[in-house]
Amino acid sequence: MMITDGFGFLKRLTAVFGRQFCLWLAMSCMVPNAQGAEPRALLVEAMTTNDLSAQIALIQKLTDSPDPLIAQALAAWRQGGVYLYDAGDNLKVPFLLDANADASGKSRGIQIATGESIKDAAGQPLLFLPSDLTAVDTTSKLRKAIKTTLDVLALSSPNSNFRRDAASKLGQAQNAEYLPHFEARLASEKIPDVRKALEEAIAITQLASDKPEVRLAAVKKLGELRSIPALDLIIKLEAAAKADEKAYPSGMAAAAAGARKIIEQHIAFGTFIGTCFRGLSLSAVLLVAAIGLAITFGLMGIINMAHGEMIMIGAYSAYIAQNIFVKWFGEGTSGFNWYFVAALPLSFITAGLVGVLLERGIIRFLYKRPLESLLATWGVSLVLQQAMRAIFGAANVQVYSPSWLSGNITYADVTFAYNRIFVIGFAVAIVVFTWLLLTKTSLGLQVRALMQNRQMAACMGVRTDRVNMATFAFGSGLAGMAGACLSQIGNIGPSLGQSHIVDCFMVVVLGGVGNLFGTVSAALGIGVTDQVLQPHFGAVLGKIIVLSAIILFLQWRPAGLFATRGRGLEG
Amino acid sequence: MSIKRLLSKTETISLCIGFFVILVVLPFLNAFFPENHPLHVSAFTLTLLSKYLCYAVLALSVDLLWGYTGLLSLGQCLFFSLGGYALGMYLMLKIGPRGQYHTNLPDFMVFLEFPKRFPETGGLPPHWIPFQHFWFAAAAVVWVPALVALIFGFLAFRSRIKGVYFSILTQALTYAACLMFFRNDFTFGGNNGLTDFKEILGCELNAPSTRRALFIATGLLLLGSYLLCRWLTITRFGKIQRAIRDSENRVLFSGYATANFKLFVFVLAAVIASLGGALFVPQVGIINPSEMGTDKSLEAVVWVAVGGRGTLIGPILGAIGVNWLKSYATHSMPEYWNYILGGLFIVMTVFFPKGIVGIPGQVRALHQRWAATHETEPAIETGMVAPVIVANPEEKP
Repeated sequence: MMITDGFGFLKRLTAVFGRQFCLWLAMSCMVPNAQGAEPRALLVEAMTTNDLSAQIALIQKLTDSPDPLIAQALAAWRQGGVYLYDAGDNLKVPFLLDANADASGKSRGIQIATGESIKDAAGQPLLFLPSDLTAVDTTSKLRKAIKTTLDVLALSSPNSNFRRDAASKLGQAQNAEYLPHFEARLASEKIPDVRKALEEAIAITQLASDKPEVRLAAVKKLGELRSIPALDLIIKLEAAAKADEKAYPSGMAAAAAGARKIIEQHIAFGTFIGTCFRGLSLSAVLLVAAIGLAITFGLMGIINMAHGEMIMIGAYSAYIAQNIFVKWFGEGTSGFNWYFVAALPLSFITAGLVGVLLERGIIRFLYKRPLESLLATWGVSLVLQQAMRAIFGAANVQVYSPSWLSGNITYADVTFAYNRIFVIGFAVAIVVFTWLLLTKTSLGLQVRALMQNRQMAACMGVRTDRVNMATFAFGSGLAGMAGACLSQIGNIGPSLGQSHIVDCFMVVVLGGVGNLFGTVSAALGIGVTDQVLQPHFGAVLGKIIVLSAIILFLQWRPAGLFATRGRGLEG
Repeated sequence: MSIKRLLSKTETISLCIGFFVILVVLPFLNAFFPENHPLHVSAFTLTLLSKYLCYAVLALSVDLLWGYTGLLSLGQCLFFSLGGYALGMYLMLKIGPRGQYHTNLPDFMVFLEFPKRFPETGGLPPHWIPFQHFWFAAAAVVWVPALVALIFGFLAFRSRIKGVYFSILTQALTYAACLMFFRNDFTFGGNNGLTDFKEILGCELNAPSTRRALFIATGLLLLGSYLLCRWLTITRFGKIQRAIRDSENRVLFSGYATANFKLFVFVLAAVIASLGGALFVPQVGIINPSEMGTDKSLEAVVWVAVGGRGTLIGPILGAIGVNWLKSYATHSMPEYWNYILGGLFIVMTVFFPKGIVGIPGQVRALHQRWAATHETEPAIETGMVAPVIVANPEEKP
């Protein structure tokens, strides 16, 4: 029982590894088959001989082969997934099993020499059951050799990210055997990221060298490279050099201290940039979510507790747009990638229409009773949440980012995700757009007139009813777009709105009602403060501190950061 | 002050009947009829009613603020829960070794490895220690929420935060407190809160006699809060209170320190809510942070809106009615409860701003208006009908 289970586990493991390498295979299908012919022959020879030292020597020759099948076969061999097929005439053909097994667990055998499946006399592919086969033996020495080769093989992977990660990982091992491979790779490497990782790996490996002058140079080099992974090693070296000055060449302690300082400065700089970016990105999220409320609450004085649900409607609109595009173009196609461009206007229109319904149906009766508009719109929010639960289910739905929004860039060891950058850009765009609309168009003029004095505006011929409706629809539409935007960085569920509503109100109240610039400053202030506090206090406590700080801040400036000054007593 | 001045005749009669039923008849039916007798009131019904009565106390406190002073607090459940937690801590410590882990320490403290955090007290956080005494817990039910309300109210009213800003800030306060109580290291049981209580003042909580006593105590608390609010509203203080609601600036300019009045009402309402919460916990058997979520406070506001704000009987009717509806709806059609609650919010605020209690007045006004338009005399506006209500002529249009 135990044994079969053990085999089952191994089988699964092989299958998983096989699949990973198949992915790799798919990614690198550009590599022509013929190129790998010679290394494959070497590998086949290694698999079929019985002499251990010859096997190791053969395997060591494979370290610069770009052929993905070599890596796959080696990995399978190490896991006991390579078998021999007796082709008659004393000819043994090593093969591995295809990761895609059929219903009965059988799969095709892939010949390592050719990459093609094994066929019987009639030309039909033969199917094998893993439990019927006996794997080619390995010893622990052999497996170690295979592992080294595999590690080094990763250095020549066609994917530059894999190469970079492999270099960083191998460097940490401080194994002098890898040095020639690093140097060989560095000579032909062109991508700066990978070059840096390789140089770093070489220097870290040299840190463990016997020769003092090599170590000294390595320390200096690591300082120049601002290598964060080497920091611990350098600190240890510095301590050791200070404790026992005779065992180390003169200047070692000083060099290590210098390198440490440079690296620490670099880390501090990176942390600073990272905090700024996260703060900016959180501010952008807050701003995007709150800008619609700054219109409906700030300009019109409606306490729209259903504002969060407008965001949710926008997010679900993005989800619908995604599903339509999946239906038309299929997932992952280039057409699908454009769904988000369609989702933005769709969410704006959907939420705007719901806003019109809400304004005409309920809110217009409550313009003079702001506290009660709070209650009625909270009722609306309950109904909308339940409706979404009924339509889309209570569980969160997944919106996939288009390819141009997923991924990230790294600068100064700080990672900047594309979707976060997009949200920041979107926030800027939306603020500029709203500002232009409010200050440069006649609708904006009317909105501002209404905000200052509703009755006087009506006397001057402003059709207050229409302007109210248009403003509310615009504010709701903005909330909808915010939802589409937020769908790129978080989950979408019926309670999405609830998680944003308190923050939104805080932003608007803190910024000062009726002032776009105040909203922007408040969002920036809250976002950056939150991210500065978070590393020290944790997410929840940080949020509590921010909320308390806002309450205290309003003591000092009860009308918010930028109060609209008026001569009226009320409001 | 005599009863006559305090209560009107109809009010006295209905109060007498209502509280006679609550304080005498129902406990009697529960105690003296065997279980399968048609007149028997089960302990379950009694506890359920008791829960409604606790909510009615909470609704009264919301009404005192909103209906009479014009302060819509969206954080009243915070005070309700603070009272609940204060008494819950006492109940928690009285479980003793009857918990899951059979130690004197409450279960969650064992589970969260408090003995490592507070080794000098054997795991009990220092601020829990005095709660072993009932008198201390009972005093905490009053002073803890009063202190929180005093500090927050002082800050808010001093800087003249009012209207919707006050509502939003109270909501933020509750939200912050809710997040705080959800944390495990805040020493109040985190997510699960306090539960699994066994005894209060040496009596088994599950015993029918304890249940009856708690029910009667809740009834008395409601009666007491009602009379206190009634007394408050007919005094000079009550007049100023309503004047603040209708036009705060005029009161201010007449020489009253409105902030102090508001602060007093805010603290008083917090204490009333807290007392309700303290009686809620031993009967319902659990208190956790979701009880102080922002939605709960808004729900309490609906009870008042449905019943009729600015009256004292309205909130009680509203709390009992809506909660009965909730018990019914969440049991027999759970997916529609949110529609019903949301619909109630909308319909009541848009069409019946005075709640159930105000409906007869609205009908009368409608009738008079109808009569007026059907006479030859020029129509006289004798009453106002929703939605054309001008609640406050001074409000910025």
